[in-house]
Amino acid sequence: MSPDINLNLWIIPILPLIGAAINGFFGRRFKNGMVSFVTLLFTAASFGYALWAATQVWHGWSVNPSAVYDKALPFNWIVAGDFTAPFGFYLDQLSMVMMLVVTGVGFLIHIYSVGYMAHEGGYYRFFAYLNLFMFFMLTLVLANNYLLMFVGWEGVGLASYLLIGFYFNKDSAANAGKKAFIVNRIGDFAFLLGMFLLIQHFHSLNFSAVFDQVSKLGIDNGWGLLTAIALLLMIGATGKSAQIPLYVWLPDAMEGPTPVSALIHAATMVTAGIYMITRSSAIFSRSPHALMIVAIIGAVTALFAATMGLAQTDIKRVLAYSTVSQLGYMFMACGVAAFSAGIFHLMTHAFFKALLFLGAGSVIHAVGGEQDMRRMGGLRKLTPWTFGVMGIATLAISGIFPLSGFFSKDEILWQAFSSKHGHPILWLIGLITAGMTSFYMFRLFFMTFFGDLRLGNSTGEHAHAAAVSSHHSSTGSHSHDHADDHGHGHGGVHESPWVMLAPLVVLAVLSVVGGWVGIPKAMHGGDNFKEFLSPAIKIAQEIPGTTVAGAESSESGGQELLFAAISIVVALTGIFLAWLLYLKRPELPGRITARVRGLYTLVLNKYYVDESYGALFVKPLLAISTYVLWKGVDQGVIDGTVNGAGSISKGIGGGMRKMQSGNIRSYAAWIAIGGTFAVAYMLWKAVQ
Amino acid sequence: MDSVALSEYLVLSAILFALGVYGFILKRNIITIFMSIELMLNAVNLSFVAFANYWNLLEGQVLVFFVMVVAAAEAAVGLAIIIAVFRTRQTLNVDRVNLLKL
Repeated sequence: MSPDINLNLWIIPILPLIGAAINGFFGRRFKNGMVSFVTLLFTAASFGYALWAATQVWHGWSVNPSAVYDKALPFNWIVAGDFTAPFGFYLDQLSMVMMLVVTGVGFLIHIYSVGYMAHEGGYYRFFAYLNLFMFFMLTLVLANNYLLMFVGWEGVGLASYLLIGFYFNKDSAANAGKKAFIVNRIGDFAFLLGMFLLIQHFHSLNFSAVFDQVSKLGIDNGWGLLTAIALLLMIGATGKSAQIPLYVWLPDAMEGPTPVSALIHAATMVTAGIYMITRSSAIFSRSPHALMIVAIIGAVTALFAATMGLAQTDIKRVLAYSTVSQLGYMFMACGVAAFSAGIFHLMTHAFFKALLFLGAGSVIHAVGGEQDMRRMGGLRKLTPWTFGVMGIATLAISGIFPLSGFFSKDEILWQAFSSKHGHPILWLIGLITAGMTSFYMFRLFFMTFFGDLRLGNSTGEHAHAAAVSSHHSSTGSHSHDHADDHGHGHGGVHESPWVMLAPLVVLAVLSVVGGWVGIPKAMHGGDNFKEFLSPAIKIAQEIPGTTVAGAESSESGGQELLFAAISIVVALTGIFLAWLLYLKRPELPGRITARVRGLYTLVLNKYYVDESYGALFVKPLLAISTYVLWKGVDQGVIDGTVNGAGSISKGIGGGMRKMQSGNIRSYAAWIAIGGTFAVAYMLWKAVQ
Repeated sequence: MDSVALSEYLVLSAILFALGVYGFILKRNIITIFMSIELMLNAVNLSFVAFANYWNLLEGQVLVFFVMVVAAAEAAVGLAIIIAVFRTRQTLNVDRVNLLKL
């Protein structure tokens, strides 16, 4: 690619925006078919254009891999002193991967939504929001500076808020939307501070300018500037990518329609934090402390969220915690400076997690809006296609060879162990999490598709269901209230229509083959994905012994294979346990949970994190807002001042009004009195 | 010629003026009020001519003519208004002429 050719990358995000505008402004008058046509047309056009742009740059990269397409629109957006922020678009290997994932998976989910939302109110509104989301997400991944990225970053937050609260007449959905928005705001605040630091020290937010200057700096071994910037950016990423301590919004975000959970809260938006950290790899790789903190947060989140996923009964919430956990993996990969492994997992995760969510949506669709897995079961024969694709996705996320999840997860685990920034403990945590992942995913799979259908039978003969619902009936009904409201009321359990199944099949194929682009050298693959990404990822070369792309695999190939074997064994153990507990001996889970009642209750209630945040932050904040800011400052000081000024004027005016009687002779009397006083004063002065 | 002191003219002028104020403020008949205004004007005229005489200046005398012209014009307009008011309201009591009062 010659950098001179004009790819007009701005067209890619603009196309969905046009779709959003058409549907948003005029969709109310359109028939559903017209709305679907508009939304699919513009999404497909965006995907097509992205593919075309990708082929254009692909040829250029075969000549010069580090060529970067970086062009701004011919006018500046913000100019202040020596600081400028253009509307610039940036295409390197990293943003190309993100662009294709967002438009490709996004397009598939749009198709699926046409079927899924067919019977919902606000059909045009849904697609307007969804296209708006695509616009902002593409702005985010294609921006050539942090500020434009931040615009996309905030915009996807807005779209996420709108779509979580799509069923806005339901209290829990509206609250979940607000929660997501507010929790993200905390992270955004840190992101902003990080940008201010960048402006102050590098006088620019453009990626190329900032990274050029950063690459001239040495390693920040202490807690200096680069570490500060990296940590602030990381806090921003923990908000968007749902990491500890800001992950709490993601499980609640499942209040939105299922395609939204698939697109925004699994495949694309939540990966924005990973993308941002990878984009800033030049900064992060020069700050060992920041890397270590990222790795620890990622590892702890992965484990913590996986344990919470073990006990959930709502099918979408299991997937939500699974998403948090997998994002933790990606964070961990970034934290051990294996950025390409993080992006690799991001891509494969986008495929299989979107598939899992869409499959779950198909299941929910089939059983008429039920989301409680304890009431499902036996759907294998009733919804064979959904069963098949869900099986593939479940195997993929569990990391079974040779599906996509295996390669990406294994890459992360291997890097966690072998990278100079890695540590065996990180690897061990990752491995335990992998075991838990395959356990809870197969728990979901077995409870949904095997056994007998328990619909409309809340107690059920299933021992675990009975145990759980008798111990925690309150929690059970609670999660049922949160259901997606996706009731259709047409007929019994049925397979979803083809418009929903076709995207599932495509995603299933991708979930199988998606990992093959990154087969490690130890398995006689080319490790192509890492090689491909390496020009875009600017790891500090001077870190002694850093594992730069592919450097470690030659001498330790055997060890890597051993590690891969270990992780497969762990995954199979998880599957075996799930099979044992939920198919073979279904009375066991009840007994086990009865044995460790305290621990189980703790996990079932998600470690009371929401409650703790409520007591620690929300309640004091509400109290301060109510009693100090509202009743004290607002009503006391501000209203007091305004009302006081008003009542003083009113009092004086009330007194003065009596002079203005409208009676001429009383005016004359006032003049006479005034004149008398004036004369008296002059006389008095004269006498003195 | 100077049998009457300036201060005596001024005292007379003040008394006349005070009477005019008194009538203007306390009387209700619009004609009386009108006459009170004339009385005040003439009280001022008296002090003008007294000062003019005292200082041997012409300006005071000239000003009196101006005041008289104004007073004549005012009388013409004022009496016309009074007649118009009387024709429509059948009264000369100013307290009843309060149609525009809030």
